[in-house]
Amino acid sequence: MSIMEYNGGSVVAMVGKNCVAIASDKRLGVQLMTVSTEFPKIFPATDKSFIGLPGLATDIQTLSERFRFKINMYKLGEEREIEPRTLAHMVSSTLYERRFGPYFVEPIIAGLDKHNQPFICGMDLIGCINFAKDFVVGGTSGESLFGICESLWEPDLEPEDLFEVISQSMLNAVDRDCLSGWGAIVHVITPEKVITRTLKARMD
Amino acid sequence: MDCLIGIVGKDFVLTAADTSAARSITVMKSTEDKSRDLNKHIVMLYSGEPGDTVHFAEYIQRNIRFYEIKNGIELTPKAAATFTRKELATSLRSRKPYSVNLLIAGYDITTLSSHLYWIDYLGSSVSVPFAAHGYGAYYTLSLLDRYHRSDISLDEAKILIKKCIDELKTRFIINLANFKIKVADKDGIREIEI
Repeated sequence: MSIMEYNGGSVVAMVGKNCVAIASDKRLGVQLMTVSTEFPKIFPATDKSFIGLPGLATDIQTLSERFRFKINMYKLGEEREIEPRTLAHMVSSTLYERRFGPYFVEPIIAGLDKHNQPFICGMDLIGCINFAKDFVVGGTSGESLFGICESLWEPDLEPEDLFEVISQSMLNAVDRDCLSGWGAIVHVITPEKVITRTLKARMD
Repeated sequence: MDCLIGIVGKDFVLTAADTSAARSITVMKSTEDKSRDLNKHIVMLYSGEPGDTVHFAEYIQRNIRFYEIKNGIELTPKAAATFTRKELATSLRSRKPYSVNLLIAGYDITTLSSHLYWIDYLGSSVSVPFAAHGYGAYYTLSLLDRYHRSDISLDEAKILIKKCIDELKTRFIINLANFKIKVADKDGIREIEI
């Protein structure tokens, strides 16, 4: 029994053509018992960036509150929105502060920068950043997500195609995982707007 | 071994907690109240390590009361749950964490809606339509899944909680003799018999 798999849950992010997408499942469980099917794991950081936090539920909630505080303080101090790359380093250093008693989360960040260039990255629980050009995965169905994303993803997907690819990747990966699933949520970030959709999934 | 159950209805929350205080294989008391009223409309049920439970529950109860006196407002169930979650999450990374599981049930007088929060000893908090803690959860959640509706009436909810208790009496190896049933709605918290 790993503490990273205690509550279950998965997040994935993908790059498209001038857009990015981030998706998560909605389950919260205690090992094999499902407690809630409405547990958010993706949190808005700015108008054009999101943080996904798969891992231990208590740390997801604690960190989402700390990040909201830090992002608000950045906005007040700098009088501008935080860039996704800067956000990634803020998240990374917040995690590394707890190097020898970590928060048990694997954050995933997705957003568009000030030139509307896509940015995604993943991280381990002590803040080691993985900058990716294609997709990043995290959570209990990480391995399954790698496999399906590897076969479905291709460069320069338009927002609607990217939505289809990330949704199918998420649904097919979580259906092979007892600890994730029970519905999913997808955000597609484009320069004009953020498209948020919830997906129906197998409820077993 | 304690069992807590909560059901959200249309304009009320129904909660049940077993009343046995056991140590090892002995039942020490069969009339223990495993709940504290946080204010007029919020009740908190607790289970877990004996000693930690009452201490933590009363600490939360009095701090919420203090906040309400200081600011002259009544806390909403969400506010009470958020405060309690933070206390547990902070305690988790201390030298001696509290091992207390909670259900916070209450009626929000500002939005006229009822809420139930499931909180575990790690500090995971989630708003749910129904919930259970302890071994009882393994037996009752399936019944609640089958029979719960968002517009369930108080009489139907009473029948549902009776079903859950009866299931525990037939399948659960430990004899949970009695349950204390409480309702929180617009008129406040009251204990009822089923």
